[in-house]
Amino acid sequence: MGYGMGVLKGMGITFRHMIETYTIGFKLQPSAAGDLPAPTGVAGGMPTVTGGMQTIQYPEEKLPVPERFRYLPFLLYDEEQGHERAHFDGVRCTACGICAKVCPPQCIWIVQGKGDDGKPRPVCTEFYIDSSICMSCGFCAEYCPFDAIKMDHEFELSSYERHESWVYDLQELLHPVAYHAAIHPTDYAREVEETRAKDEAKRTRDAAKAAAAVAAGGDPVADAAAAEEAKRLKMEARERMLAAKKAKEQGGG
Amino acid sequence: MTKQTDVVAAPAPADVVAAVHKQLGERVTVDDGGALVVGPSNLIDVVRALRDDHGLDYLANLTAVDWLDRFEVVYHLCSSAGGAPIVLKTTTDRANPRVPSLFGIYPGADFQEREVYDMFGIRFAGHPNLKRILMWEGFAGWPLRKDWREAYFEQEHKPLTSRWPDGQFFFGEDKLTDWGSNTKLPPAYTGAEIGRPKPQEGQYVVDIDALRRGTSFGSDRLVVNMGPQHPSTHGVFQMRLVLDGETVVDLEPVMGYMHRNHEKIGERNLWLGNMPFTDRLDYIAQLGSEWGYALCVERMMGLEVPERAEYIRVIMAELNRIQSHFWSIGFLLNDLGAFFTPSLYAIEEREIVLDLFEMATGSRLMCNYMRFGGVAYDLPDAFMPLVNVLVNERMERAIDEIDAYLTNNEIVMERMKGVGVLTPELAIAYSTSGPVLRGSGVAYDVRRADPYGIYDRFDWNVVTANEGDVYARYAVRIGEMRESLKILRQALPQMPAGEILGGKKAWQVRVPAGEHYARVENPRGELGYYCVSDGKANPYRYHVRSPCFVNLTSLAEMCKGYKVADVVAILGSIDIVLGEVDR
Repeated sequence: MGYGMGVLKGMGITFRHMIETYTIGFKLQPSAAGDLPAPTGVAGGMPTVTGGMQTIQYPEEKLPVPERFRYLPFLLYDEEQGHERAHFDGVRCTACGICAKVCPPQCIWIVQGKGDDGKPRPVCTEFYIDSSICMSCGFCAEYCPFDAIKMDHEFELSSYERHESWVYDLQELLHPVAYHAAIHPTDYAREVEETRAKDEAKRTRDAAKAAAAVAAGGDPVADAAAAEEAKRLKMEARERMLAAKKAKEQGGG
Repeated sequence: MTKQTDVVAAPAPADVVAAVHKQLGERVTVDDGGALVVGPSNLIDVVRALRDDHGLDYLANLTAVDWLDRFEVVYHLCSSAGGAPIVLKTTTDRANPRVPSLFGIYPGADFQEREVYDMFGIRFAGHPNLKRILMWEGFAGWPLRKDWREAYFEQEHKPLTSRWPDGQFFFGEDKLTDWGSNTKLPPAYTGAEIGRPKPQEGQYVVDIDALRRGTSFGSDRLVVNMGPQHPSTHGVFQMRLVLDGETVVDLEPVMGYMHRNHEKIGERNLWLGNMPFTDRLDYIAQLGSEWGYALCVERMMGLEVPERAEYIRVIMAELNRIQSHFWSIGFLLNDLGAFFTPSLYAIEEREIVLDLFEMATGSRLMCNYMRFGGVAYDLPDAFMPLVNVLVNERMERAIDEIDAYLTNNEIVMERMKGVGVLTPELAIAYSTSGPVLRGSGVAYDVRRADPYGIYDRFDWNVVTANEGDVYARYAVRIGEMRESLKILRQALPQMPAGEILGGKKAWQVRVPAGEHYARVENPRGELGYYCVSDGKANPYRYHVRSPCFVNLTSLAEMCKGYKVADVVAILGSIDIVLGEVDR
């Protein structure tokens, strides 16, 4: 090739790119209001796939993040049980500690609840995550057997202070299940389906057991009453424990 | 320019071991794991015989294991014609660890021996420049010895018991253990040396007085510190140049500014816990790094990977290779002074690949996607249509454009042709790998030489170029992107349905006692993981053979005789990622 041809060719390509910004890019540009060409479910809007030049007026507008995007964990609580967040009821965490153990940088601290008898209960009374250590790997959410901890989509976490405010406690970590369902629709649908299948299997099993008990001459009504009584006692114990904790907090605070 | 070669099959390691044993008799023994064991006094002879008589011309990996009563130095040797590596071990006592250096046989042992010295304190007799490489020169202690404790040391192994069930939060800095911040200095070290280094034996390769000798005015040569803060070094990396006018007489890479003792962290972690840390090695080629580690542990556990997971891994790794090569070509041009126009064109497609990664794995760079026995999640529904468009339409166009833009551009050719030449013999001797090795005409690609995954099912070629210069490495990268596309085009339509994880999904895995060295072809070369298990929940030894780190061994050789401006191009052509160099 003659000397200078490569340079001209390179300039040509650069020039073509510049022209294309006007002929293709600006034509496909979304309105300034920020309605992107609706790439729902698509990673970050993928402007380069949909074409066109796009400027996102961050922070006024934001690109959607894909469902699996993960940034710091949060804890789930079930709203339908009608309990306030200040109480620990409805919180799905059972303080089994798997997330704290699997966490590669060990950024999770959990205090397991104890009953009046001093025996551990399946409830967490305190839960801390040090966000300055967390590497957002998602292991805690992946290996949680109770779907109690999930990865968040919130990534704007700057603060004026980099010690206490970066350690999230239980209150800061709790989010309703509806929030999880909103940001992880596919994941949530799968969980609901799994729970339903599990419940159904349990019902079938129980029915079979009851039938077997009847066949063996037992009294299903009495059994059911006994189970109800046991459940009530358990709930009472839990209430007592929470009340005791609250009293202790108020006393100490 | 580039040619495509197939690699011939080499003899199996067991046959080599048997042949060596026959030839060398009682000087070597074979241990239970099939490794050759040799005493330090016989090491040089045995290694020379292995290289000259058995064709093991390539030192793939060199590291050590602390067994508390002794040190074991482990060598993985293989043939540049291909084949699985054979393992050679020698032991030395812990009180006065000393092993002969292999520098004279394999110059590629240079940095790897320095690293072992730095981390374990094992002295390599005969090494010309044995000094710390990753840690700073005033550091006391040997960080990878089992009795060494890092700053704010809390407990030997994770999970730490303070986290559950009574996990009251504390800041590590506030709760100093007996180890405290653990900053110790060598006995005679006052700190005054910092900034005014006093040359001592073996410490500086540059002898200021020697520089003056042989020059008529006694003022001709100059030592220039390029970096650590220099835009051409792709991170915090320093090159100590000895210049004669503008010509490079000698060069010494200085690294370790981002050293975080990755391997020690890895030995404290649970087996699974290392997976996200591997992303932080080569963050431009994160999925390949994960694959190497997953491969190593899977082989130790004897896990089967389901078909679909194998395909997903190939697709992810090849997309990763393409985007990584785009990045490296773009930024090589930046180093040549073509400020950001080519690199931004090159990383346009990379952004889409990263968006796809984010969609499938949850993160653009720190994917944490591979698991032992498969991958973490199945591909989302929207993934396949997009990746098909990308692979079948966009990628090819983008590679063509880069090719048309740069390959025959006379400025590019002037700057890259004939610069930084590394002959095939030296490339092998220096243990280089990846495009650096293949750019020197050696058709060595781990995917073909020591196949893993399902690469043997696809029709693709190992791309090589013969010139051994910066341009050849560039051309190899362009060729490799096309080969990766070829693999992707075959893999995508074949993608089967089914399971994505072999075995049970578990956060705790039982890895049987034993050891393994697994390697993958990452975009930058041979990435190896050497793991030793004692059957417990954490790896006993976890070593990363970083291609960038080992490739840097040949940097001085490549730069000698060229100008300072060429050094920038040559470093760019090795394509280092400091996260992996420093570990």
